[in-house]
Amino acid sequence: MTGTEFVRERKPEGWNRPPIIEPDGEGELLEVAMGPHHPSTHGVFRMDVALDGERVIRLKPVFGYLHRNHEKLAEGMSYLGSMPFTDRLDYICSLTNNWAYALAVEKLTGQEVPERAEYLRVILGELTRVQNHASSIGFLIQEMGASGTPLMYAFREREKILDLFESLTGSRMMCNYMRFGGCRVDASEAWLNATRKVVAGLPGFVDEMDRLLSTNEILMARTQGVGILRPELAVNAGVTGPMLRASGVNYDIRKVDGYGIYNRFNFRVPLGDHWDVYDRFMIRMLEMRESIGILIQALKEIPGGPVMDPKAKIRGFRPKLGEAYGRIEAPKGELGFYLISDGGPNPYRYRVRPPSLINLTILEDMCLGQNVADVVLIFGSVDIVLGEVDR
Amino acid sequence: MKTVDEIKAAIEAAVPGAGLEIVPNPSPSGQHSLRLAPSHAVAVAKFLRDELSFDFLSNATGVDWPNKEIAKKVKVTHQVTKTVDGVEPTVEETVEETRKRIELGCLEAVYHLYSVALKEGPLTIRMRTANRTDQVELPSLTPIWRSAEFQEREIFDLFGIVFTGHPDLRRLLMWLEFKDHPMRRDYVEPDDFEYEPTAHDAVLARAKAHREAGQ
Repeated sequence: MTGTEFVRERKPEGWNRPPIIEPDGEGELLEVAMGPHHPSTHGVFRMDVALDGERVIRLKPVFGYLHRNHEKLAEGMSYLGSMPFTDRLDYICSLTNNWAYALAVEKLTGQEVPERAEYLRVILGELTRVQNHASSIGFLIQEMGASGTPLMYAFREREKILDLFESLTGSRMMCNYMRFGGCRVDASEAWLNATRKVVAGLPGFVDEMDRLLSTNEILMARTQGVGILRPELAVNAGVTGPMLRASGVNYDIRKVDGYGIYNRFNFRVPLGDHWDVYDRFMIRMLEMRESIGILIQALKEIPGGPVMDPKAKIRGFRPKLGEAYGRIEAPKGELGFYLISDGGPNPYRYRVRPPSLINLTILEDMCLGQNVADVVLIFGSVDIVLGEVDR
Repeated sequence: MKTVDEIKAAIEAAVPGAGLEIVPNPSPSGQHSLRLAPSHAVAVAKFLRDELSFDFLSNATGVDWPNKEIAKKVKVTHQVTKTVDGVEPTVEETVEETRKRIELGCLEAVYHLYSVALKEGPLTIRMRTANRTDQVELPSLTPIWRSAEFQEREIFDLFGIVFTGHPDLRRLLMWLEFKDHPMRRDYVEPDDFEYEPTAHDAVLARAKAHREAGQ
């Protein structure tokens, strides 16, 4: 299916609503609250499920258990002051959160980023993507009942990447590394060499995961044909990231916007053609391979020079009147920041467009008519982090 | 990509009386936006999705513009009667006065649209409510773009804009019994979020009264 077909087709009214499934009339309906303390919900998230036997006939997600009004906090402090708080949105991928926020502020002020800082951002962003996809696959397999092994394989590799983050930024997960107009500290040659060494080991890890999982009979039986998401609904519901590409829509913001320096690298956008959970698993596997390709190119080409725009103002940072929406392809989808400046030191309006929350819009559509055991899998394949869903 | 002016012209040709207005954006991002009249918003949104290929609603959010008190200094001429040398002539005297007037604020919903089919964007559209207190309805765009479903619920929760035509308008993040809208600029945090009247309150009040009586 090509992109334009979504628009040209005329669809009946209400086509984008979840279908109404009638119970078969035997026995009673069972209402189950899955969560907020269910281990498969990746945090505190609740799904109110109505079951007819084992079949799901209604599902309502309930949010807000981790809500701390991040946006209000950020409006009460300076632009730079909320940079560390962006780490806490999606705490698996703090560096891409930093990047999205820095990008939005740079759009608002028109700052330039030096070449070396752009390369460092790409390297860190792609390392983040690899470790996010690895652990998300690990969690998915864990939820399928394969306790331990695949998740530990993923975490073993993630640990190497987190060590790199720690030696560069000082923190494993709460990195707080990007700044408006560059990066906080420069990477030493020793760090780049260590990164090259880790990246050289990554293809072996992806091959290992591939051999271990991709043709596993149980995994295929559990995931193929489960949780199908049609591409026209995926686009209409604002689904982004690996979820959207697993539904066969060719839309990667790295290619479309070409933000940073992504148009310099050669990489392919993997697409799914069955639109199910297995495709989402496979897309993440393939995206790890493409990310490794980008990493190898970036580590080869990285130039010298400053990592911070020398004209960047740290103190008394007051963007001019106006607004900007900046977005990046975070590992979970489109992460956007919308900022309005009234000329003061604090943002007048600060909005996070969380990919995790918006990808959950179609959770009900995917789960209806499936078995209750598959709900856990479908939910796992969306790949969310509650810190970002509830903000 | 078409400029905002071209898009505005295209909409006006298709939806007569759409009441569009271009909101310029002076920042270097150059993302100018289009303000829709709420009465025609659904028709315009449908046109944007079906004819101009804006099939992807990325971001929907609210903005609060509180009531503004505008103080203006005005020169006013009064007729004053003064006693000068025993006679009372009427003299014109010019005095500077500060006049205050309140400019009514509003709540605004902002939507960022992209086109997946044509790989274009963003187009920013926005709608304003009449005021911040009793006329806070806006038409929901959820029937057009499903991705607005949770985001409009969030706007309703945090800003208090009521979206008419939304299939399931409930609070999203705050608990259902919560009364206020925390993202409004004039929201005041309660001293104690978890305050509930208990039996101890009466005891404490009696103890306080005894203490004060003893002093």
